[in-house]
Amino acid sequence: MLTVVDLKKSFLSPEGERVEIVSVPEFSLAGGEQLALRGESGSGKTTFLNLIAGILAADSGRVTIDGAEMTALSEAKRDQLRAAKLGYIFQTFNLLQGYTVLENVVLGMSFGPRGADRTHARATLERVGLGHRLDHFPRQLSTGQQQRVAVARALANRPKLVLADEPTGNLDRKHAREALALIREVCREHGAALLLVSHDEEVLSAFETRKDFGVINCALTETRK
Amino acid sequence: MTLPLIIYRSLRQHALSTVITAGSIALACGLLMCVWMVKTQSQAAFTQTTTGFDAVLGARGSKLQLVLNAIFHLEASPGNVAAADFEAVRKHPMIKTAIPIAVGDNLRGYRLVGTVPELFTNVELVPGKKFSVVAGGKVFNPEAKEAVAGSFAAQRLGLKVGDTFRPFHGLAFDAKAEHADDYTITGILAPTNTPADRVVWIPLGGLQTMSGHDAKTATDVSAVLIQLRTPMAGLQLDLLYNKQGNRLTFAYPVGAIVAELFGKIAWFDQVLTLVAYLVALVAAGSVLASIYNSMSARQRDLAILRALGAKRRTIFGAVLAEAACIGALGAVVGFAIYFGLYAGIASLIRAQTGVVLDVAAGHPVLWICPLAMVGLCALGGVVPALKAYRTPVAETLAPVS
Repeated sequence: MLTVVDLKKSFLSPEGERVEIVSVPEFSLAGGEQLALRGESGSGKTTFLNLIAGILAADSGRVTIDGAEMTALSEAKRDQLRAAKLGYIFQTFNLLQGYTVLENVVLGMSFGPRGADRTHARATLERVGLGHRLDHFPRQLSTGQQQRVAVARALANRPKLVLADEPTGNLDRKHAREALALIREVCREHGAALLLVSHDEEVLSAFETRKDFGVINCALTETRK
Repeated sequence: MTLPLIIYRSLRQHALSTVITAGSIALACGLLMCVWMVKTQSQAAFTQTTTGFDAVLGARGSKLQLVLNAIFHLEASPGNVAAADFEAVRKHPMIKTAIPIAVGDNLRGYRLVGTVPELFTNVELVPGKKFSVVAGGKVFNPEAKEAVAGSFAAQRLGLKVGDTFRPFHGLAFDAKAEHADDYTITGILAPTNTPADRVVWIPLGGLQTMSGHDAKTATDVSAVLIQLRTPMAGLQLDLLYNKQGNRLTFAYPVGAIVAELFGKIAWFDQVLTLVAYLVALVAAGSVLASIYNSMSARQRDLAILRALGAKRRTIFGAVLAEAACIGALGAVVGFAIYFGLYAGIASLIRAQTGVVLDVAAGHPVLWICPLAMVGLCALGGVVPALKAYRTPVAETLAPVS
């Protein structure tokens, strides 16, 4: 489903030095697999996910999603691939505040190949327990409910791969557990692979398969040396 | 539905600036259309308002003053035409009809014009259309103290058949200058949409011999309204009266003389147009400023849309379309402003001159102006759209700690 080969990304520091943030020689995820990556803040986890999602262009290396090589595509094609194959759950949810819950999910679908499907969006929101909040705006929801909207938006387009960046970082323990269970459950139902990054041991412990991002990302190893 | 939804939500989120910007565009659009329509329609209406006459003969003076006085019932008469001169004109073989008029009195501000019944029975205002008296009335008896009121004057003065009144001396109403003669309304004219609607018509002799008027000029007329047998006759009479003679003025052709008036006030029209163009430019600038200023607040939304798979060009197009929508909204409201302003000005012109502007008249400016405003606004949206186009997604979406 997802293969990463020799993926590198560096940034220019404020001092003008080029700093390598991500250097992943090899990484893969099978279809339907659920994997948690452990990583401290500032370890380049988000950059890694952004590279996989094609939001950032890699300096070098290859990212292949469901047979399509993201890194070989133009920006417009990367946008297209992201909309078609990926669901992204952000730590801060990144909901569109001026749009209703239903519109947030519909918009999430509208750039994909299936287009805006209000019926399916509604069904997905009902699945995450927000069928009665369709016309609410994000600010009218609790944090936990906002997270569920983000989950519904990421999964409404039936993605092959879901990327979750500290998805429970803004939730309390109880809601974090519930949200995590929901994400995993819905991904399973949709047959989507899940790649979750977190520094929270409780979240990580819920996964059967876990990896340390520090081990995968050679840039961190180099920095430590 | 994606693009309309994005535009709709963005406009809603920035409702105040949307309303203010659309309002300034509406004002610009409405003003531009109004200035243009008033200019073209009034020029057309005034130059076509001849009330069926080709020329006017009057005392030596300005042709424009003569036409304004005799046809539009504005301005003062430049002087009198002696009875002998009128008789000569009436019998001239090149002249088909010669209708004398006399002015100098009013009825509570509405001009009293003395004339002959032939004006109502023989003259065609436009081919196939003569004056007509509303049912229940009749044209005055030239030997009696009777009057026929134009439709607008009758409506404003509340006159009806059988009413009596006393004229006031002069062209401007002065309550102390009342004549002692009593006149009876015998008819109300059907609307003609010409200056004749603003006049109360009485027999020529009545005005000439009104109590208090100078007996020495009792046979004079103020002007003679003329229908020619051929257009060539106009040129010959112009030569006769204006070039060879020095006592009278022959104003011909009426339409061309009125057009001169518009030529004289063209500068005013240009100033108004310039102001409207400036307002349009300021409005387009305000679209640019209002969307551009909101870009910082909207960058996160745009980055989210990009993260969801929206292409750069989709975001660019959405901002551009939003600017165009503000322009379209302004143009729609601009039509309301245009109709309101134009109707107000048309009603003012009608009240002052009797000339009726066609409020429902069409003109290319009515579609060119709104389209140009939408285009100008879309142009104003290019700069903020470029800023949106360049939104760095990863940086913008980075969690704020």
